[in-house]
Amino acid sequence: MRFLARVASRAGALAVVFLGVTFIIYLAVFALPGDPIRALAGDKPLDPATVATLRAAYHLDAPVWQQYLTYLGGLFHGDLGTDFTGRAVGSLMASRWPVTIALALTAWALEIVVGLAIGVVQALTKGTAVDHGLLAVTVLTSCVPIFVLGVLVQQFFGVGLGWLPVAGVRAGWPTSYIMPAAVIAIFGLSAVSRLMRGAMIDNLGADYVRSARAKGFGPGRVVGLHVLRNSLIPASTYLATDLGYLLGGTVVIEGIFNLPGIGNLLFDAIRTHEGPTVVGVSTALILIFLLTSVGVDIIHVGLDPRLRRA
Amino acid sequence: MLDPDLLDGPAIPTRRSGARRLRREWTFVIPTAVIVLELVVSLFPAVFAGLFGNGDPRLCDLHRSADPPAPGHPFGFDTQGCDVYANVICGARSSIAVGLTATAISVTIALIVGTVAGFYGRIADQVISRITDVFLGFPFILGAIVVLNSVGHRDTLAVAMVLGLFGWPTMARLVRSSVRSVASLDYVLAATTMGLTRLRIVTRYVLPNAISPVLIFATISVGAVIIAESTLTYLGVGLQPPAISWGLQIAAGSRHFQTSPHMLLYPSIFLAVTVLAVIVLGEGLRAAFDPRRQQ
Repeated sequence: MRFLARVASRAGALAVVFLGVTFIIYLAVFALPGDPIRALAGDKPLDPATVATLRAAYHLDAPVWQQYLTYLGGLFHGDLGTDFTGRAVGSLMASRWPVTIALALTAWALEIVVGLAIGVVQALTKGTAVDHGLLAVTVLTSCVPIFVLGVLVQQFFGVGLGWLPVAGVRAGWPTSYIMPAAVIAIFGLSAVSRLMRGAMIDNLGADYVRSARAKGFGPGRVVGLHVLRNSLIPASTYLATDLGYLLGGTVVIEGIFNLPGIGNLLFDAIRTHEGPTVVGVSTALILIFLLTSVGVDIIHVGLDPRLRRA
Repeated sequence: MLDPDLLDGPAIPTRRSGARRLRREWTFVIPTAVIVLELVVSLFPAVFAGLFGNGDPRLCDLHRSADPPAPGHPFGFDTQGCDVYANVICGARSSIAVGLTATAISVTIALIVGTVAGFYGRIADQVISRITDVFLGFPFILGAIVVLNSVGHRDTLAVAMVLGLFGWPTMARLVRSSVRSVASLDYVLAATTMGLTRLRIVTRYVLPNAISPVLIFATISVGAVIIAESTLTYLGVGLQPPAISWGLQIAAGSRHFQTSPHMLLYPSIFLAVTVLAVIVLGEGLRAAFDPRRQQ
């Protein structure tokens, strides 16, 4: 019952956030000063009848709250708007999802495996040169903008050494995805490894570890079974929310590595000033982010009974 | 898990011991020196830009487009034939201005909103927490892309305001929780019993003692904002020419990296060092004022 209550309260919170987020997007895009019909006409004077027809066609003569409801109704039907050439933004995105999902999941997997491994090594070598060295590397990489890292990696491993394809998806998964996914993952490494390191160090000094050692369990069993499992909670909470952020990272990286995903669509739309596409794609990504974070949160509660009491 | 340190010492960091420890720490001294130098450079760019004799970032010679470093031009030339060194020095101002302004906006919103939620509680707390959730619902860059995309003229202030608008929620949560913990302490109860007004209690006793976690977080967030500004500019929704900023230089340089790497490397190094200094300083402050480390 507690679990169901928790799911219900999360769903309620999601509804509030959903309404708020869409309203802010709506305000930012449609209610900012400036007349879209004027902008459409450019310098030419428009015939008042045409203006009135256009206003009615786009519901611009309705009050703001009614316009917002119309827009919200469209969103529920999967209507993310149309671009300047009249194509629905939703259908522009349809064929691109697999690329972005593959990229985000690959990046996430790399972040989990490498980030946790670094954290574990740091905790076990606490205070030594290895610990400090790994800390320095993870902090340094998080100080460089992701697109600079992308360009550098692309030049070094793609153009220079020729190990991996420079751009595009022709080589398929995983070959084409390794480099871009690694660049996205690098950005989250410092947070994951640091959370893992902290939790491991706390747990290594905990009473139950002393008991396990006193019972004569070897270090492999103590660390591997007891400490590791209990230390995963802070990092996994972070990783859960991070999956949604990775989608944001794909915008820049898909542009650099020319992967035909959702992010690349957004990247191109910004460059070609395709306003409606920018808004439609961002809205879709933000909504996916919301849904993933709630979904992962619920799974998380299912996995860790202690969270149900909160 | 109960930390034994917490039993002895006060839960709220004591300022004096933290400050004393700081002066001996390289994690405080070095980044502070770097940041002070950056601030001086961004206040008086002309002095530093002219060090090699070619200090005007807008004095360009198309004959030398994308030329590598040469005498008097230690960082080489960009595609327009402008001196990269002078541009990098002058670019410090807008990058740092965006970082500081956006963070100042975030901190201001967070302090007001977080204090109201944490101190006045009840309905205000509920409403504010829901609004905070809404803003946390935006993945960092995407919210800024949507808003900046519909802003026609994007100068330093516009970019800073948008980044500030999406940066406050985490800080507001920090303020709320530290205000709540301070508000339940005895001296606040004493002040209430003495009949002081709530406004006076908040401004005089609660805020000064609850502010340090958010200031530490804000320090680190200056670095995050500088990176975000450059990423937005790279995407094409950040600062616009003729502004001079590291983001614009890095974006331009990344398109010509294969033929003239110096155009990307120098502004990137300056940006990375600035962000690193800010992050190390923030972490140093966090370590110094962390009550769990006080002995």
